[in-house]
Amino acid sequence: MILLNGQSSDVRAGESVTAALIRLGLDVDARGVAVAVDGEVVPRAVWDSFALGDGARVEVLTAMQGG
Amino acid sequence: MADAMSAQLDTAGDRPVAGGEVLSIAGRTMRSRLLLGTGGFPSLEVLADAIAASGSELVTVALRRVDPGARGSLIDVLADAGVRLLPNTAGCHTARDAVLTARLAREAFATDWVKLEVIGDEDTLLPDAPELLIAAEQLVDDGFVVLPYTNDDPVLARRLADIGCAAVMPLGSPIGSGMGIRNPYNISLIREAVDVPVVLDAGVGTASDAALAMELGCDAVMAASAIARAQDPVRMARAMRAAVEAGRLARGAGRIPRRRYATASTPDEGLPEFGAIT
Repeated sequence: MILLNGQSSDVRAGESVTAALIRLGLDVDARGVAVAVDGEVVPRAVWDSFALGDGARVEVLTAMQGG
Repeated sequence: MADAMSAQLDTAGDRPVAGGEVLSIAGRTMRSRLLLGTGGFPSLEVLADAIAASGSELVTVALRRVDPGARGSLIDVLADAGVRLLPNTAGCHTARDAVLTARLAREAFATDWVKLEVIGDEDTLLPDAPELLIAAEQLVDDGFVVLPYTNDDPVLARRLADIGCAAVMPLGSPIGSGMGIRNPYNISLIREAVDVPVVLDAGVGTASDAALAMELGCDAVMAASAIARAQDPVRMARAMRAAVEAGRLARGAGRIPRRRYATASTPDEGLPEFGAIT
């Protein structure tokens, strides 16, 4: 099972970061989005090819008002 | 002792006003010396109007989980406003989390600038100095333009500048407290201690706080809650802009020293003598 932004999801092991983004309703070319998997940055260039491992913790982040 | 300290505060000494006509951080110049935080505004519309009223060219954003139900795009509003983004690491309590957040922000916003916050205490939101130094060093090594939110400690500020931070952002008082500048002497000392821009951050409550920061020699002021949570944020943004400009002018003009007794502004020469009442 993949943990997507802290919640269990139907994203399966072996699916890509892009697949996880689509679950959140995001376009792959969405501006201002960054992804971390298991505490490491996953650059946009490899979103399509990065296969999520079982139990991966995926954080999909964007701009919020702050500071 | 108190008088000596006052005298120190009252004059710019031999130091020129730092930074010239424009604010320059890491080689980027800005005409506005007011940085704006985007947190706490009642709506994106008010935020956009406040940015315009403030004249700010550099605004902070935070990085949080995507909210599929979010209304409107902050990124679009800021792009339309034509401002540069300064991502922050708000909410980070360790150097590790702050460094990772900065790297994610670089990925998300295509900027290597970061307002580095590493918080050490939940009640005061004061910086954790050791973690801040560790994170700053790593991010500078990693090529970031680092603007650390720091305590009002001249020694820590100098350490951060020595590491290679592009500016230092000492607090006037705790974030969102509106308590103003609680230790103006230290802010003056920080201005003397570092050669990078000093941006007064946190604690600004109203326009006079921003003016004081500039009079103390700060190169810029960051305001967030003071504007966003004012009853009329757009009007307060205008007030802050004017205050920063007024304080900067006053700093350059050189204020008179404080004196215990009056100094007549009208000369006694030519004062008539009317004689005694008979």
